Amino acid sequence: MNNYETVFIMTPVLSEEQMRETVKKFTKSLKEKGAKIGNEEYWGLKKLKYPIQKKNTGFYYFIEFEADGSLIANLEVQFKRDERVMRWLTVKLDKYSIEYAKRRRDRLNANKTEKEEKKL
Amino acid sequence: MSSQTEIRYLSPVDIDKRNRDKYCRFKKMGIKYIDYKDPDFLMRFLNEQGKVLPRRLTGTSLKFQRRLSVAVKRARQLALLPYVGDLLK
Repeated sequence: MNNYETVFIMTPVLSEEQMRETVKKFTKSLKEKGAKIGNEEYWGLKKLKYPIQKKNTGFYYFIEFEADGSLIANLEVQFKRDERVMRWLTVKLDKYSIEYAKRRRDRLNANKTEKEEKKL
Repeated sequence: MSSQTEIRYLSPVDIDKRNRDKYCRFKKMGIKYIDYKDPDFLMRFLNEQGKVLPRRLTGTSLKFQRRLSVAVKRARQLALLPYVGDLLK
């Protein structure tokens, strides 16, 4: 079992619902194959620094997971075959990046709770 | 008289030598992993065209320059940084 993280960009043509569906498809297939999803982040509709497939924006989604290495090829094939995904990047985490990811997660969580407290 | 054209100073001229010591920011700050998901941070090591600045200017150690370049390349792939830019700063 290794730690991986993947970021993928979906076309801005999708509606909010279709976008969620796409995300669900990938998270579900990961879970079914025995991957443990640690963290998920939706970065929202972001502007791209250069056009991809003639689009200037895209939905970014980020998943951290723990899985067997053999799963990755399958995941990438799925990304490739899905027209809704414009670009993706999967990275294996080494011991330093695992530490970094943990700190980043804590920081984000702390920010989140702070915001919620402000709301209350 | 050739010595007339020669300029001579009584005291040595004070030239700003810019001999500030360079250091590796990653080593000093204790950063062990350079994140490709943080384009604002990576921007500090790029020129306004989006090229990676050389080690002789930033003082980064070889180890981290290598990791930095990998991070920049990943960020470019995800359109977080441009491959070619103009007036980024």
